Amino acid sequence: MADFNILIVEDSPTMRQLISFALKRIRGVRIVEAGDGVDGLKKVSAEKFDMIFTDINMPVMDGLKLISLVREDATHKGIPIVVITTEGAQEDRQRALALGADDYITKPIQPNRILEVAKQLLKIV
Amino acid sequence: MIEEESGYRGKAEEFLQAFKKGAEFTHDLLRENERLRYRVLELENSMSGSSGGAGADQALITRIKELEQEKQDILDRIRKVEDENEDFANRYIEIEAENNNLANLYIASYQLHSTLDFKEVLQIIMEIVINLIGAEEFSLMLLDEKTGDLRAVACEGLEREDIPPIKLGSGLIGQTLQSGESYFAEDIETYKRDLLSPMVCVPLKIKDHVIGVLAIYKLLIQKEKFAQVDYELFTLLAGHAATAIFGARLYSDSERRLSTIQGFIDLLTK
Repeated sequence: MADFNILIVEDSPTMRQLISFALKRIRGVRIVEAGDGVDGLKKVSAEKFDMIFTDINMPVMDGLKLISLVREDATHKGIPIVVITTEGAQEDRQRALALGADDYITKPIQPNRILEVAKQLLKIV
Repeated sequence: MIEEESGYRGKAEEFLQAFKKGAEFTHDLLRENERLRYRVLELENSMSGSSGGAGADQALITRIKELEQEKQDILDRIRKVEDENEDFANRYIEIEAENNNLANLYIASYQLHSTLDFKEVLQIIMEIVINLIGAEEFSLMLLDEKTGDLRAVACEGLEREDIPPIKLGSGLIGQTLQSGESYFAEDIETYKRDLLSPMVCVPLKIKDHVIGVLAIYKLLIQKEKFAQVDYELFTLLAGHAATAIFGARLYSDSERRLSTIQGFIDLLTK
Protein backbone atom coordinates (compact mmCIF):
# COMPACT_ATOMS: atom_id res chain seq x y z
CA MET A 1 0.00 0.00 0.00
CA ALA A 2 1.27 3.47 -0.92
CA ASP A 3 2.11 6.07 1.74
CA PHE A 4 0.76 8.89 -0.40
CA ASN A 5 -1.92 8.67 -3.06
CA ILE A 6 -1.78 11.64 -5.42
CA LEU A 7 -4.17 12.50 -8.27
CA ILE A 8 -3.00 14.57 -11.26
CA VAL A 9 -5.81 16.11 -13.30
CA GLU A 10 -4.33 17.59 -16.48
CA ASP A 11 -5.27 17.30 -20.15
CA SER A 12 -1.69 17.60 -21.41
CA PRO A 13 0.20 14.28 -21.36
CA THR A 14 3.47 16.25 -21.30
CA MET A 15 2.45 18.06 -18.14
CA ARG A 16 1.10 14.88 -16.54
CA GLN A 17 4.41 13.19 -17.16
CA LEU A 18 6.39 16.15 -15.82
CA ILE A 19 4.30 16.43 -12.63
CA SER A 20 4.41 12.68 -12.14
CA PHE A 21 8.19 12.68 -12.71
CA ALA A 22 8.63 15.30 -9.97
CA LEU A 23 6.31 13.61 -7.48
CA LYS A 24 7.93 10.21 -7.88
CA ARG A 25 10.84 11.53 -5.86
CA ILE A 26 8.59 11.19 -2.80
CA ARG A 27 9.10 7.81 -1.20
CA GLY A 28 6.04 5.55 -1.24
CA VAL A 29 4.02 7.70 -3.60
CA ARG A 30 1.34 6.36 -5.95
CA ILE A 31 0.25 8.55 -8.85
CA VAL A 32 -3.14 8.39 -10.52
CA GLU A 33 -3.74 10.45 -13.67
CA ALA A 34 -6.93 11.95 -15.10
CA GLY A 35 -7.29 13.78 -18.42
CA ASP A 36 -10.07 16.22 -17.45
CA GLY A 37 -12.25 17.39 -14.55
CA VAL A 38 -14.94 14.74 -14.97
CA ASP A 39 -12.40 11.94 -15.07
CA GLY A 40 -10.73 13.49 -12.03
CA LEU A 41 -14.00 13.70 -10.10
CA LYS A 42 -14.76 10.03 -10.88
CA LYS A 43 -11.38 9.03 -9.51
CA VAL A 44 -11.82 11.17 -6.39
CA SER A 45 -15.16 9.41 -5.74
CA ALA A 46 -13.64 5.98 -6.29
CA GLU A 47 -10.70 6.17 -3.90
CA LYS A 48 -9.09 8.24 -1.20
CA PHE A 49 -6.37 10.71 -2.21
CA ASP A 50 -3.85 12.54 -0.07
CA MET A 51 -3.44 15.35 -2.58
CA ILE A 52 -4.74 16.61 -5.93
CA PHE A 53 -2.87 18.56 -8.61
CA THR A 54 -5.15 20.11 -11.19
CA ASP A 55 -4.93 22.30 -14.26
CA ILE A 56 -7.57 24.99 -14.78
CA ASN A 57 -8.15 25.01 -18.54
CA MET A 58 -9.31 21.53 -19.47
CA PRO A 59 -11.96 20.08 -21.75
CA VAL A 60 -15.27 18.69 -20.43
CA MET A 61 -14.87 20.14 -16.93
CA ASP A 62 -12.32 22.76 -15.89
CA GLY A 63 -10.18 22.73 -12.76
CA LEU A 64 -12.15 25.43 -10.91
CA LYS A 65 -15.38 23.42 -11.21
CA LEU A 66 -13.53 20.33 -10.04
CA ILE A 67 -12.20 22.17 -6.96
CA SER A 68 -15.64 23.48 -6.00
CA LEU A 69 -17.23 20.02 -6.38
CA VAL A 70 -14.49 18.33 -4.37
CA ARG A 71 -14.82 20.93 -1.61
CA GLU A 72 -18.61 20.54 -1.53
CA ASP A 73 -18.21 16.90 -0.54
CA ALA A 74 -17.52 16.69 3.19
CA THR A 75 -15.45 13.52 2.81
CA HIS A 76 -12.93 15.30 0.55
CA LYS A 77 -12.82 18.65 2.29
CA GLY A 78 -9.40 18.08 3.81
CA ILE A 79 -7.58 16.97 0.64
CA PRO A 80 -4.91 19.52 -0.30
CA ILE A 81 -5.50 20.81 -3.83
CA VAL A 82 -2.79 22.47 -5.91
CA VAL A 83 -3.58 24.35 -9.09
CA ILE A 84 -1.05 24.27 -11.93
CA THR A 85 -1.94 26.67 -14.70
CA THR A 86 -0.77 29.09 -17.36
CA GLU A 87 -3.04 31.77 -15.85
CA GLY A 88 -0.60 33.97 -13.98
CA ALA A 89 -2.86 36.93 -13.21
CA GLN A 90 -3.49 37.72 -9.54
CA GLU A 91 -7.28 37.50 -9.93
CA ASP A 92 -7.02 33.93 -11.29
CA ARG A 93 -4.91 32.97 -8.33
CA GLN A 94 -7.35 34.55 -5.87
CA ARG A 95 -10.31 32.88 -7.54
CA ALA A 96 -8.72 29.44 -7.23
CA LEU A 97 -7.70 30.01 -3.62
CA ALA A 98 -11.19 31.32 -2.78
CA LEU A 99 -12.73 28.12 -4.16
CA GLY A 100 -10.59 26.06 -1.84
CA ALA A 101 -7.24 25.46 -3.55
CA ASP A 102 -4.31 25.27 -1.15
CA ASP A 103 -1.60 26.47 -3.51
CA TYR A 104 -1.20 27.87 -6.99
CA ILE A 105 1.69 27.16 -9.36
CA THR A 106 2.04 28.93 -12.69
CA LYS A 107 3.52 27.47 -15.85
CA PRO A 108 6.17 27.03 -17.08
CA ILE A 109 6.83 24.80 -14.14
CA GLN A 110 9.98 23.42 -12.62
CA PRO A 111 9.82 19.90 -11.11
CA ASN A 112 11.46 21.06 -7.87
CA ARG A 113 8.67 23.61 -7.28
CA ILE A 114 6.06 20.83 -7.54
CA LEU A 115 8.05 18.66 -5.18
CA GLU A 116 8.49 21.50 -2.71
CA VAL A 117 4.74 22.27 -2.62
CA ALA A 118 3.81 18.58 -2.35
CA LYS A 119 6.20 18.00 0.55
CA GLN A 120 4.95 21.09 2.34
CA LEU A 121 1.26 20.14 2.04
CA LEU A 122 1.88 16.45 2.83
CA LYS A 123 4.01 17.57 5.79
CA ILE A 124 7.02 15.58 4.66
CA VAL A 125 10.24 16.72 6.31
CA MET B 1 92.53 19.59 109.30
CA ILE B 2 88.92 20.43 109.56
CA GLU B 3 89.54 23.83 107.94
CA GLU B 4 91.54 22.13 105.22
CA GLU B 5 88.71 19.67 104.64
CA SER B 6 86.09 22.45 104.43
CA GLY B 7 88.33 24.31 101.96
CA TYR B 8 88.44 21.25 99.71
CA ARG B 9 84.68 20.84 99.95
CA GLY B 10 84.17 24.50 98.96
CA LYS B 11 86.44 24.09 95.95
CA ALA B 12 84.70 20.86 94.96
CA GLU B 13 81.43 22.62 95.29
CA GLU B 14 82.65 25.45 93.10
CA PHE B 15 84.05 22.97 90.61
CA LEU B 16 80.76 21.10 90.55
CA GLN B 17 78.89 24.33 90.03
CA ALA B 18 81.23 25.34 87.26
CA PHE B 19 80.89 21.86 85.74
CA LYS B 20 77.09 22.06 85.92
CA LYS B 21 77.15 25.47 84.24
CA GLY B 22 79.48 24.07 81.63
CA ALA B 23 77.12 21.15 81.09
CA GLU B 24 74.13 23.47 80.86
CA PHE B 25 76.00 25.67 78.38
CA THR B 26 76.90 22.60 76.32
CA HIS B 27 73.21 21.55 76.35
CA ASP B 28 72.21 25.03 75.26
CA LEU B 29 74.75 24.94 72.45
CA LEU B 30 73.53 21.51 71.37
CA ARG B 31 69.88 22.72 71.41
CA GLU B 32 70.84 25.83 69.45
CA ASN B 33 72.78 23.69 67.02
CA GLU B 34 69.80 21.40 66.61
CA ARG B 35 67.47 24.36 66.15
CA LEU B 36 69.73 25.91 63.55
CA ARG B 37 70.10 22.64 61.69
CA TYR B 38 66.33 22.30 61.70
CA ARG B 39 66.04 25.83 60.37
CA VAL B 40 68.59 25.10 57.67
CA LEU B 41 66.57 22.05 56.68
CA GLU B 42 63.41 24.15 56.60
CA LEU B 43 65.07 26.74 54.40
CA GLU B 44 66.45 24.05 52.11
CA ASN B 45 63.01 22.52 51.86
CA SER B 46 61.34 25.83 51.19
CA MET B 47 63.97 26.62 48.57
CA SER B 48 63.54 23.29 46.86
CA GLY B 49 59.73 23.76 47.10
CA SER B 50 59.84 27.14 45.45
CA SER B 51 62.04 25.86 42.60
CA GLY B 52 59.44 22.93 41.93
CA GLY B 53 56.51 25.45 41.60
CA ALA B 54 58.26 27.34 38.84
CA GLY B 55 58.71 24.05 36.97
CA ALA B 56 55.02 23.26 37.36
CA ASP B 57 54.10 26.71 36.09
CA GLN B 58 56.31 26.19 33.05
CA ALA B 59 54.61 22.84 32.39
CA LEU B 60 51.21 24.47 32.68
CA ILE B 61 52.17 27.27 30.30
CA THR B 62 53.40 24.70 27.78
CA ARG B 63 50.15 22.73 28.12
CA ILE B 64 48.07 25.88 27.65
CA LYS B 65 50.02 26.65 24.48
CA GLU B 66 49.42 23.12 23.22
CA LEU B 67 45.72 23.37 23.95
CA GLU B 68 45.49 26.75 22.27
CA GLN B 69 47.19 25.28 19.22
CA GLU B 70 44.75 22.36 19.28
CA LYS B 71 41.86 24.81 19.61
CA GLN B 72 43.17 26.78 16.63
CA ASP B 73 43.53 23.56 14.62
CA ILE B 74 39.95 22.57 15.49
CA LEU B 75 38.68 26.05 14.55
CA ASP B 76 40.56 25.82 11.26
CA ARG B 77 39.03 22.41 10.60
CA ILE B 78 35.55 23.70 11.49
CA ARG B 79 36.05 26.61 9.08
CA LYS B 80 37.22 24.19 6.40
CA VAL B 81 34.22 21.90 7.00
CA GLU B 82 31.88 24.91 6.89
CA ASP B 83 33.42 26.00 3.59
CA GLU B 84 33.04 22.45 2.27
CA ASN B 85 29.41 22.41 3.47
CA GLU B 86 28.75 25.66 1.66
CA ASP B 87 30.34 24.23 -1.46
CA PHE B 88 28.21 21.10 -1.14
CA ALA B 89 25.06 23.18 -0.60
CA ASN B 90 25.82 25.27 -3.69
CA ARG B 91 26.66 22.14 -5.65
CA TYR B 92 23.40 20.55 -4.47
CA ILE B 93 21.44 23.56 -5.72
CA GLU B 94 23.26 23.41 -9.05
CA ILE B 95 22.60 19.67 -9.37
CA GLU B 96 18.94 20.16 -8.48
CA ALA B 97 18.64 22.84 -11.16
CA GLU B 98 20.45 20.59 -13.62
CA ASN B 99 18.15 17.72 -12.64
CA ASN B 100 15.11 19.92 -13.31
CA ASN B 101 16.47 20.95 -16.67
CA LEU B 102 17.22 17.36 -17.60
CA ALA B 103 13.72 16.31 -16.50
CA ASN B 104 12.20 18.94 -18.78
CA LEU B 105 14.44 17.95 -21.68
CA TYR B 106 13.84 14.23 -21.13
CA ILE B 107 10.07 14.66 -21.02
CA ALA B 108 10.05 16.92 -24.07
CA SER B 109 12.14 14.40 -26.01
CA TYR B 110 10.10 11.44 -24.74
CA GLN B 111 6.81 13.07 -25.71
CA LEU B 112 8.04 14.17 -29.14
CA HIS B 113 8.92 10.61 -30.05
CA SER B 114 5.92 8.99 -28.38
CA THR B 115 3.73 9.07 -31.47
CA LEU B 116 3.84 8.84 -35.27
CA ASP B 117 0.60 10.75 -35.71
CA PHE B 118 1.34 14.10 -37.38
CA LYS B 119 -1.40 16.02 -35.54
CA GLU B 120 -0.34 14.57 -32.22
CA VAL B 121 3.28 15.56 -32.89
CA LEU B 122 2.16 19.14 -33.57
CA GLN B 123 0.06 19.08 -30.39
CA ILE B 124 3.03 17.89 -28.35
CA ILE B 125 5.26 20.63 -29.77
CA MET B 126 2.58 23.16 -28.79
CA GLU B 127 2.38 21.71 -25.28
CA ILE B 128 6.14 21.90 -24.85
CA VAL B 129 6.26 25.50 -25.99
CA ILE B 130 3.37 26.50 -23.70
CA ASN B 131 4.10 24.41 -20.62
CA LEU B 132 7.86 24.09 -20.57
CA ILE B 133 8.97 27.31 -22.24
CA GLY B 134 6.03 29.50 -21.21
CA ALA B 135 4.99 31.08 -24.52
CA GLU B 136 1.52 32.57 -24.92
CA GLU B 137 1.51 33.51 -28.60
CA PHE B 138 3.46 31.55 -31.17
CA SER B 139 3.20 29.76 -34.48
CA LEU B 140 4.70 26.65 -35.95
CA MET B 141 5.45 27.05 -39.63
CA LEU B 142 6.48 24.27 -42.00
CA LEU B 143 8.06 24.47 -45.41
CA ASP B 144 5.71 23.67 -48.26
CA GLU B 145 7.94 21.64 -50.60
CA LYS B 146 5.78 22.45 -53.65
CA THR B 147 5.66 26.24 -53.28
CA GLY B 148 8.86 26.69 -51.25
CA ASP B 149 6.94 28.89 -48.76
CA LEU B 150 6.68 28.62 -45.02
CA ARG B 151 3.09 28.15 -43.86
CA ALA B 152 1.65 28.13 -40.37
CA VAL B 153 0.40 24.65 -39.41
CA ALA B 154 -0.33 25.34 -35.75
CA CYS B 155 -0.81 28.48 -33.65
CA GLU B 156 -1.46 29.49 -30.06
CA GLY B 157 -2.96 32.84 -29.16
CA LEU B 158 -3.12 33.80 -32.86
CA GLU B 159 -5.34 33.06 -35.82
CA ARG B 160 -3.63 30.86 -38.39
CA GLU B 161 -5.14 32.91 -41.21
CA ASP B 162 -3.47 36.05 -39.84
CA ILE B 163 -0.02 34.63 -40.43
CA PRO B 164 1.07 35.19 -44.01
CA PRO B 165 3.11 32.62 -45.98
CA ILE B 166 6.80 33.50 -45.88
CA LYS B 167 9.25 33.08 -48.71
CA LEU B 168 12.76 31.74 -48.23
CA GLY B 169 15.07 34.59 -47.16
CA SER B 170 12.20 37.03 -46.72
CA GLY B 171 12.20 38.94 -43.44
CA LEU B 172 13.41 37.55 -40.14
CA ILE B 173 11.51 34.26 -40.44
CA GLY B 174 12.60 33.68 -44.04
CA GLN B 175 16.21 34.42 -43.08
CA THR B 176 16.02 31.93 -40.22
CA LEU B 177 14.74 29.34 -42.68
CA GLN B 178 17.61 30.14 -45.01
CA SER B 179 20.43 30.36 -42.47
CA GLY B 180 19.28 27.64 -40.07
CA GLU B 181 20.37 29.87 -37.17
CA SER B 182 18.12 30.69 -34.20
CA TYR B 183 17.20 34.30 -33.53
CA PHE B 184 16.48 35.83 -30.11
CA ALA B 185 15.39 39.46 -29.71
CA GLU B 186 17.92 41.40 -27.66
CA ASP B 187 15.36 42.88 -25.28
CA ILE B 188 12.20 40.83 -24.88
CA GLU B 189 10.71 43.32 -22.40
CA THR B 190 10.48 46.10 -24.97
CA TYR B 191 9.56 43.81 -27.86
CA LYS B 192 6.39 44.80 -29.76
CA ARG B 193 4.49 42.05 -31.50
CA ASP B 194 5.11 41.87 -35.22
CA LEU B 195 3.97 38.78 -37.10
CA LEU B 196 6.85 39.13 -39.53
CA SER B 197 9.43 39.73 -36.83
CA PRO B 198 9.00 37.44 -33.81
CA MET B 199 10.93 37.75 -30.53
CA VAL B 200 12.24 34.21 -30.99
CA CYS B 201 12.66 32.32 -34.22
CA VAL B 202 13.96 28.74 -34.06
CA PRO B 203 14.59 26.68 -37.19
CA LEU B 204 13.40 23.07 -37.13
CA LYS B 205 16.11 21.13 -38.90
CA ILE B 206 17.32 17.65 -39.64
CA LYS B 207 21.08 18.02 -39.87
CA ASP B 208 21.40 21.01 -42.25
CA HIS B 209 18.01 20.64 -43.83
CA VAL B 210 15.51 23.15 -42.39
CA ILE B 211 11.91 21.92 -42.57
CA GLY B 212 10.21 24.68 -40.63
CA VAL B 213 10.36 27.45 -38.05
CA LEU B 214 8.97 28.05 -34.58
CA ALA B 215 8.14 31.73 -34.12
CA ILE B 216 7.32 33.12 -30.66
CA TYR B 217 5.57 36.49 -30.30
CA LYS B 218 4.58 36.69 -26.63
CA LEU B 219 5.47 35.00 -23.36
CA LEU B 220 3.13 34.23 -20.46
CA ILE B 221 2.64 37.17 -18.09
CA GLN B 222 4.66 35.47 -15.34
CA LYS B 223 7.53 34.61 -17.69
CA GLU B 224 9.83 37.62 -17.58
CA LYS B 225 12.88 36.26 -19.36
CA PHE B 226 14.38 33.09 -20.79
CA ALA B 227 16.30 30.73 -18.54
CA GLN B 228 19.23 28.57 -19.59
CA VAL B 229 16.93 25.56 -19.88
CA ASP B 230 14.78 27.44 -22.41
CA TYR B 231 17.71 27.78 -24.80
CA GLU B 232 18.40 24.06 -24.33
CA LEU B 233 14.73 23.34 -25.02
CA PHE B 234 14.92 25.46 -28.18
CA THR B 235 17.96 23.46 -29.28
CA LEU B 236 16.15 20.23 -28.50
CA LEU B 237 13.06 21.39 -30.36
CA ALA B 238 15.16 22.43 -33.35
CA GLY B 239 16.35 18.85 -33.79
CA HIS B 240 13.83 16.52 -32.17
CA ALA B 241 10.68 18.33 -33.27
CA ALA B 242 11.97 18.30 -36.84
CA THR B 243 12.69 14.56 -36.82
CA ALA B 244 9.36 13.85 -35.09
CA ILE B 245 7.49 15.90 -37.73
CA PHE B 246 9.47 14.32 -40.56
CA GLY B 247 8.91 10.80 -39.17
CA ALA B 248 5.19 11.38 -38.67
CA ARG B 249 4.85 12.74 -42.21
CA LEU B 250 6.69 9.76 -43.67
CA TYR B 251 4.55 7.39 -41.62
CA SER B 252 1.28 9.03 -42.66
CA ASP B 253 2.45 9.02 -46.31
CA SER B 254 3.36 5.34 -46.14
CA GLU B 255 0.06 4.58 -44.40
CA ARG B 256 -1.82 6.40 -47.14
CA ARG B 257 0.12 4.57 -49.86
CA LEU B 258 -0.38 1.27 -48.09
CA SER B 259 -4.09 1.97 -47.87
CA THR B 260 -4.18 2.81 -51.60
CA ILE B 261 -2.25 -0.33 -52.51
CA GLN B 262 -4.48 -2.38 -50.23
CA GLY B 263 -7.48 -0.88 -52.03
CA PHE B 264 -6.08 -1.94 -55.40
CA ILE B 265 -5.30 -5.44 -54.12
CA ASP B 266 -8.82 -5.72 -52.72
CA LEU B 267 -10.25 -4.61 -56.07
CA LEU B 268 -8.11 -7.10 -57.98
CA THR B 269 -8.78 -10.03 -55.71
CA LYS B 270 -12.54 -9.58 -55.38
